[in-house]
Amino acid sequence: MTAAVIPETPGAYTGAAPYLQVRDLSVRFATEDGVVRAVDGVSFAVERGRTLGIVGESGSGKSVTSLAILGLHDPKRTTIAGQILLGGRDIVGLDEESIRRLRGRDMAMIFQDPLSALHPYYTVGRQVAEAYRVHHPDASWREAHRRAVEMLDRVGIPQPARRANQHPHEFSGGMRQRAMIAMALVNNPELLIADEPTTALDVTVQAQILDLLADLQREFHSAIILITHDLGVVSQVADDVLVMYAGRAVEYGTAEQVLRRPQHPYTWGLLSSVPSLHGDPDADLIPIRGNPPSMIHPPPGCAFHPRCGYALLGSASTPGAAAGACEVDVPQLRQVQERGHTVACHLPEGKRVEIYRRDIAQAGVVR
Amino acid sequence: MHRFLIKKLLLAVTTLLAISVITFALFFLVPSNPAEVMCGNRQRCGPERLAQIEQRMGLDQPAYVQYGQFMKGIFVGRTFGEGAAARDCPAPCLGFSFRNDEPVTAIVARTLPVTLSIVFGAAAVWLLIGLSVGMVSALRRGTFFDKVAVGTSLVGASMPIFFFGYLLLIVLVYETGLLPNPKYTPITENPAAWAGAMVLPWIGLGFLNSATYARLARAQMLETLSEDFVRTARAKGLSKATVYGRHALRAAITPIVTIAGLDLGTYLGGTVITETVFGFTGLGKTALNAALNLDMPIVMATVLLAAVFIITANVLVDVLYAVIDPRVRLS
Repeated sequence: MTAAVIPETPGAYTGAAPYLQVRDLSVRFATEDGVVRAVDGVSFAVERGRTLGIVGESGSGKSVTSLAILGLHDPKRTTIAGQILLGGRDIVGLDEESIRRLRGRDMAMIFQDPLSALHPYYTVGRQVAEAYRVHHPDASWREAHRRAVEMLDRVGIPQPARRANQHPHEFSGGMRQRAMIAMALVNNPELLIADEPTTALDVTVQAQILDLLADLQREFHSAIILITHDLGVVSQVADDVLVMYAGRAVEYGTAEQVLRRPQHPYTWGLLSSVPSLHGDPDADLIPIRGNPPSMIHPPPGCAFHPRCGYALLGSASTPGAAAGACEVDVPQLRQVQERGHTVACHLPEGKRVEIYRRDIAQAGVVR
Repeated sequence: MHRFLIKKLLLAVTTLLAISVITFALFFLVPSNPAEVMCGNRQRCGPERLAQIEQRMGLDQPAYVQYGQFMKGIFVGRTFGEGAAARDCPAPCLGFSFRNDEPVTAIVARTLPVTLSIVFGAAAVWLLIGLSVGMVSALRRGTFFDKVAVGTSLVGASMPIFFFGYLLLIVLVYETGLLPNPKYTPITENPAAWAGAMVLPWIGLGFLNSATYARLARAQMLETLSEDFVRTARAKGLSKATVYGRHALRAAITPIVTIAGLDLGTYLGGTVITETVFGFTGLGKTALNAALNLDMPIVMATVLLAAVFIITANVLVDVLYAVIDPRVRLS
């Protein structure tokens, strides 16, 4: 068996260290029912100018990962292990004041529901200006306000000077998310984390917001992490994709690799449960059976095996793999033949490629 | 905003008018003839004397005429009786006490300041203690301070004033003599003596109510701290002081403002038990005595006054709410 690899950015590797490198990150919460292993040994990297899509069901550890990067967990209840290198500097275990200085300036975040994420009592302009001013203490409120109006204009809010004096409830959903983006980008952060930024929006507005993010990325050359459960969104904007299940990375590679040549049964499941514009409109969608596992007592071995149609169980005698491996051993992320593509699965690679060609690709689900 | 205000004021005036009608109806619902109460001793009060009193008080008129005269008295003043027996009652005329013929306005002017002093002082105490303890408790959730605060406030919230008040009197006045027996002095006469007499009711009523407010403030703050916009504020890199002070506090305080306003209105209508325990004659005790003696003019005046306070507090709360929460202004 080859040792687990800690991957660099997949695909074309430029030589310079990526802006964000997460190595073997674990996040645990102490609860009354036991320890929740919300994130377990996850590694990934994002370069400036690239977008990483993190995909998974609710409770897979996507959002916890992003909150850990921003240092927003309650330190009393949370144990974070591993490394988070931001511009080469490890920020795990940094004191609150040092990480506060990074938040909103070097790394910023956009949340799922902009209505609840904006303060209902303050004007939008004031909230953007406040984000600017906290990292520019010499700036006056007037300057900060001017900068806020500029940003609102930049994210495509019409009549920005008038809109700056309105409250969030006077904005439409799409406009609110634009304001949220303006607030996140007001200090030109090098890393932007977008946690399900389009989930609460209409489909037409979703596309506009994604276009805007792509535009702004070209302009500011920031690294973006896009957290979503929507594979359509991922295929639209992500350069790289990390698939998470039960707090672990199960597949990681370029968007092309993960979406076109997926090798993990969970990724297959995600792809098969999404309708495709190009496929047969009458074809049945295939949901992933079962529910996400308990994070306090995850299943032994591969956490996905109880829901996996191809798992190597005790009674099965698949050549090339120890019988029952999926029930016993936790699979590590391992490099497949193609460079930069890693998969955590006990099935032999040849078998995975065969199953994908035979069972999954036929359904025409891949965009 | 203007339309909002006008709407609220119109509603308040309508409500007050309705309450004045209901209050006036009390006059006819009580199981005794006011003239008889006025007349006093039954043996010496013949039918002629009774009719005379009825005529003087206008009781021989139909109800709606009496109501009209009652309202006229409040706004422009009125005259009871005719000729030599005529008695002038300038606006705002609330009539004369059946018991001692004192103008009700004078009674209110004497007793209302007592209640005002008690309520505003105690409110300052309970808001100060309640809010600060509740907020600190929420921010230090699960710590020793929080547990002690929650425990104490449970005791405080379940203790009646007639127990706690006497406890204070026994410990601070009768046993140790730390404080003099409270005796009301108007603030205009001697502010120091006024404050000295008020210390006990302020502590008594203020401390007990602060328990409720501490629990309320703690719950509101905890709820607000779990809101998304608080997480956003932290993600922006704001300091803890700004996140809690500017973002969380403003949202958490809104429902507390509502309840504090309504409480204040209710208490201004009279704090009977507090006044009785500490031996003050405020509006509450006056109302209680009047009700027991069927002294209807005083009962009507105190009920009407309590309604005015509660409705004014309601309007103020609505306006304040609109100032704090911009979403209210639209609806």
